[in-house]
Amino acid sequence: MITKQHWILPEGIEEVLPEQAARFESMRRMLLDLYATWGYELVMPPTIDFIESLLTGTGHDLDLQTFKLVDQLSGRTLGIRADMTPQVARIDAHQLLREAPTRLCYIGTVLRTRPESIGDSRSPLQVGAELYGYAGIESEVEIIGLMLQTLSAMDIDDVYLDLGNVDIYRGLAKQAGLSKEVEGQLFDMLQRKAVTEINTLLDSLDIDAEVKTMLSGLSSLNGDRSVFEKARALLSKADEPVKQAIDYLEKTAELMWQRYGGSLPESKVHFDLSELHGYHYKTGVVFAAFVPQRGQAIARGGRYDDIGEVFGRARAATGFSTDLKVLNQLSAKQFVSSEKIFAPVDADRSRVAALRDEGATVIEQLPGQEADAAAMGCNRSLCLVDGQWVVQG
Amino acid sequence: MITIALSKGRIYKETLPLLAAANIVPADDPDKSRKLILDTNHDDVKLVIIRATDVPTYVQFGAADLGVAGKDVLLEHGGEGLYEPLDLKIARCKLMTAGLVDAKPRVSGRLRVATKFTNVARRYFESRGEQIELIKLYGSMELGPIVGLSDLIVDVVDTGNTLKANGLKPVDHIADISSRLVVNKASMKMKHKKISSIIDKISAAVA
Repeated sequence: MITKQHWILPEGIEEVLPEQAARFESMRRMLLDLYATWGYELVMPPTIDFIESLLTGTGHDLDLQTFKLVDQLSGRTLGIRADMTPQVARIDAHQLLREAPTRLCYIGTVLRTRPESIGDSRSPLQVGAELYGYAGIESEVEIIGLMLQTLSAMDIDDVYLDLGNVDIYRGLAKQAGLSKEVEGQLFDMLQRKAVTEINTLLDSLDIDAEVKTMLSGLSSLNGDRSVFEKARALLSKADEPVKQAIDYLEKTAELMWQRYGGSLPESKVHFDLSELHGYHYKTGVVFAAFVPQRGQAIARGGRYDDIGEVFGRARAATGFSTDLKVLNQLSAKQFVSSEKIFAPVDADRSRVAALRDEGATVIEQLPGQEADAAAMGCNRSLCLVDGQWVVQG
Repeated sequence: MITIALSKGRIYKETLPLLAAANIVPADDPDKSRKLILDTNHDDVKLVIIRATDVPTYVQFGAADLGVAGKDVLLEHGGEGLYEPLDLKIARCKLMTAGLVDAKPRVSGRLRVATKFTNVARRYFESRGEQIELIKLYGSMELGPIVGLSDLIVDVVDTGNTLKANGLKPVDHIADISSRLVVNKASMKMKHKKISSIIDKISAAVA
């Protein structure tokens, strides 16, 4: 028999109960304080937006991921944000109009029609930071540094970093003169490192043999820093932009080690020159953080210089984002909570107010209430001793 | 620790010599043991024995670092979140459409296709510009056309003997199938040395 279950939640949507909610709030404050110390200003993009601005410059995946509805005021299609990055890019490109480098951060719930990976939430608590208006390796290194700090602030250790550069494939595809359709097919195969399919596809194409060899070997260019030597040998006949992309990636890694080598030894950095996550809007270095407990990336980011253009102004842009719900699962960090004091129904009101001013949590007993201090989750109580209300316990 | 996901039967038997080439030898025989996790000659390498269709899920989630899955299973799963860097060239067969030998020409109406490969079938007929009605079955697809449940089936065909014995014939070739070594993306990045050494050794044995 089927009975209606009114308490049941949609798949991948969860409620956050008091203990966890307190943790999330502590994390949120800690991270926003951290970003503020690096000069990242908080922005709050709207939950709902015209679909064009949410999806502009992004890929087909985000389109599928976005919940849509019709705006009864304008008749246009609205989307509920599935990723805040394009909205923040619009704020920089269209609203702030600053010439100086601009650092923005954000936190908020996004909704996804489908979980990103098996068992993931469809309402992640996305948090991220973006640096606009600077096109050099220093901006990538700053953003990677902030991502690593985010993880270490949550006591998430044993972090591995993966680095790639989508301009390598983009340059090779251009050099080969691939049609958009073939470029897309090959992109899909490279994402899966499906070597057999890659070679079958390349064999069917009428392109220069040297370029064919380079495209065919691209999926094998991954590993430790020795990969750069291999890449330069394999891609020696590549066009200048491809070579520049390899140099840029290596320089980024070198500056990164120079600054954060202590927390990120070479053994924990992996290079993948055919990593193409976010290929449709990324324009340079891409990176992702991994931990052994999880089979997917826990934070990722990269460069996406062109996205601001559709909002009126192309600006260099680098950023990262992560999901606080995922970080919470991985983090064993204990947050100090203020002491909870139980105030009996006849307690001195001025004493209660004074304790609250000092930052203590004071929970008042309601008339006729039987639940005692312990039942109210209090570890201490206000007691009348020799005519004075004092905190005991 | 490296965990390798395998399915029982043909894939397991044909994978064993390849694993042996990478010096990985299971301590138990899954046909004799009821264990789902098998130890190997290495303390840090384990095998998990699961259903073939579950292999991509285990590896995608990271419950196993490596796995061996048929291309048919990968096509149906979509292969998202996985690397499939090596064709093991074992358990070869073909993914095909098949119908009754004496099928009458279809007059009108939508083509009905019975299969367990619903995603593959949908994509294949879509690419041919044909709208179909899908009927999801979990096995014995050959019965579909015989009992009038469907016009065609989509299934893997090895020798074609099962089709023949049931009065069916292969119609169109959709894809060549063989087993692939699949790798979890995060494992590839975090355990690169170990995993790439296994891939290289198996790759040498395949060629």
